[in-house]
Amino acid sequence: MDATLILHLILWPPLIGFLINGLFGNSIPKWAVSIIACLGPLTSFTGTVLAYKFLSGPAHDIPLYTWFIVEGSAKINFGFYIDHLAIIMLFVVTGVGSLIHAYSTGYMHDDKGYSRFMAYMNLFLFSMLLLVLGSNLVVLFAGWEGVGLCSFLLIGFWFENKEYNKAAAKAFIMNRIGDLGFLVAIFLIINKFGGIEFTSIHETLMEEGQLNDPQIALICLMLFLGVCGKSAQIPLFTWLPDAMAGPTPVSALIHAATMVTAGIYLIARMYFLFDYSPLSLNVIAITGCITALIAATIALKQNDIKKILAYSTVSQLGYMAVALGVGSYISAVFHLMTHAFFKALLFLGAGSVIHGLHGEQDISKMGGLKSKMKWTYAVMLIGTLAIVGCPPFAGFFSKDEILASVYSKNFWYFLVLAFASVFTAWYMFRLLFATFHGQFRGSEVKFEKVHESSYSMVIPLIVLALFSMFGGFAGLPELTGGEHNLYKFLVQTIAQTRFKVSHLFEYSLWGITIVALISIAYLTYRKYATSSKVVFESGNSLVSKIILNKFYLDELYLILFVNPLKKTGSWIINQFEYGVIDRLIRIPDTLIESSSIALKNLQSGKLSWYLLSTAVSILLIVLVFIYR
Amino acid sequence: MNTIPELIRTVPLQHYLVLSTCLFFIGMIGVLVRRNIIIVFMCIEIMLNAVNLLMVSVSAYRGEASGQIMVLFIMAVAAAEVSVGLAIIVMMYKNLKTTNIDLFNQLKG
Repeated sequence: MDATLILHLILWPPLIGFLINGLFGNSIPKWAVSIIACLGPLTSFTGTVLAYKFLSGPAHDIPLYTWFIVEGSAKINFGFYIDHLAIIMLFVVTGVGSLIHAYSTGYMHDDKGYSRFMAYMNLFLFSMLLLVLGSNLVVLFAGWEGVGLCSFLLIGFWFENKEYNKAAAKAFIMNRIGDLGFLVAIFLIINKFGGIEFTSIHETLMEEGQLNDPQIALICLMLFLGVCGKSAQIPLFTWLPDAMAGPTPVSALIHAATMVTAGIYLIARMYFLFDYSPLSLNVIAITGCITALIAATIALKQNDIKKILAYSTVSQLGYMAVALGVGSYISAVFHLMTHAFFKALLFLGAGSVIHGLHGEQDISKMGGLKSKMKWTYAVMLIGTLAIVGCPPFAGFFSKDEILASVYSKNFWYFLVLAFASVFTAWYMFRLLFATFHGQFRGSEVKFEKVHESSYSMVIPLIVLALFSMFGGFAGLPELTGGEHNLYKFLVQTIAQTRFKVSHLFEYSLWGITIVALISIAYLTYRKYATSSKVVFESGNSLVSKIILNKFYLDELYLILFVNPLKKTGSWIINQFEYGVIDRLIRIPDTLIESSSIALKNLQSGKLSWYLLSTAVSILLIVLVFIYR
Repeated sequence: MNTIPELIRTVPLQHYLVLSTCLFFIGMIGVLVRRNIIIVFMCIEIMLNAVNLLMVSVSAYRGEASGQIMVLFIMAVAAAEVSVGLAIIVMMYKNLKTTNIDLFNQLKG
């Protein structure tokens, strides 16, 4: 099959869906909106399957047309690139995307902005596909900004709420900081390589690339700044927990499964560049470690079901960053994939809980929902087991691979990640037990009203649960005697050697994982499920206070950046805008006004005045002519 | 035809000029100063006739008939104008019960 045809089949359907739903969404019936909205991602998914089946060879470069030309250096194509990495990402984006679209038709059905919501979701999917498929950094950047825009629109989807708007603005602004770095990186790349096609950069690097070239290091660090913004790494991660203001399907699709992993994808896509700069790889690994640990720590004390999952996402992204940092790109992509499955599952499950409880998000007011929401409980259990890394669920394989690959490079990184994964297990079991086990901590009346969600929501959950259970088998570790199919597939794109760890280490890692998981599960079960009065953290001791307040990072940013900026802004507006510009503009204004008042009095309507003025002016004219 | 200008020239032209200028300014001051619309109207006529006098005298001094004929036309038109003007004044008086010019202040826009 023709690669261009498949590309068109993958790329455009969501955009068409967006245009139809965005322009005519209010005038067509709801079922039509649902069908149009779901058809786009499904068609893209079909296209992805076709691409996987029929496209042979390592990569297909499809330059559609020349977008613009940078005078004297680079020609920038509106071009696309389908290779193995792109296909894996496409599977994640369109597969999980389709399921979440189907889920949204149930979750958002009674919202008055339903068609608008679906249109935004489609636009998001299109931007994401642009990002994944772009054959150069500019097209990728266009998609990158597109997903940022959709994220902004969807976080602030319930725009009547001022807090939500603030969260949306926060996400957008923090991403802007990162995007500035990305943009600078693009300029530097054009300057250094004279082109921004991935293939041409790769070729140039192969010919004349030098290890530890400071220019390359700068480019890498600038790119990583962009990644920090998009993939919520320290110091730019605080927008992601606030982004939970959006509807839950948005949190699942954008802020867990796809958009936030765009940064990871970017680095995996540009791995050949990062390979030339060990310094920036170290920066990435250290940032990832700190992010993973801090986010996991914060998640321990949160009570909002979506916030816990948000911090968990940040933490998992930290894992991926560490994997990238130690040069184990394929493990990062593997974890990206499995994380997309189980985190989307967990978010949608949480959405189902919130839906069933009519908007309640606080786990300290839940409990005992197991009997009422059997399906949701089952899938949440699977999701939890997957994320904590319980064999043989998806998360086990990918997390184990990251831990092993990190161990093979740097023991300290490994130790931090191991700690973070203990925390992960704790907060996830806490979430699960506090929500579904024990006694319901709300009123009786409320408990009566709890209901299981509709089929359009449960079926995507079940599909995602299946993926979370079996998705890990794409990358079986060597020890099990199975094959790492994902590695075999991706290594055609990402030329990376496989890390080596001893069998003894692998066995002990597995053993420790299982023992630790069982003991944590037991402890959390005793703490949150069996005792009749469950104690939730109130921040009595200093440590828990600090953690409860998210290490005061928001406050720190407020003091360091936001307030000074606001002050400068208000100073400028008072001194310069009102003091100088306004006054200058008022001068002609007052002149015209006063002269018009003077002239207005001439037309008094009095006959005698008219006579006098006629006489005087004729006299003046005569005098002028005489004494000229 | 030659005798008439000579007869006229017994009075110097300056006298005519001064007289008509005086008449004109008398009329103008009257227009500006007096408040009664009828007197204002009369003063306008004085100004008009000052000009007529000027034209007649100059044309006579130059021995030409065109200026004097023009004056005849002006007088005919002035007669018509007077009748229209007086009619307006009468109507205004009927409406406003006054001939004071200061109370005619409705000429705005």
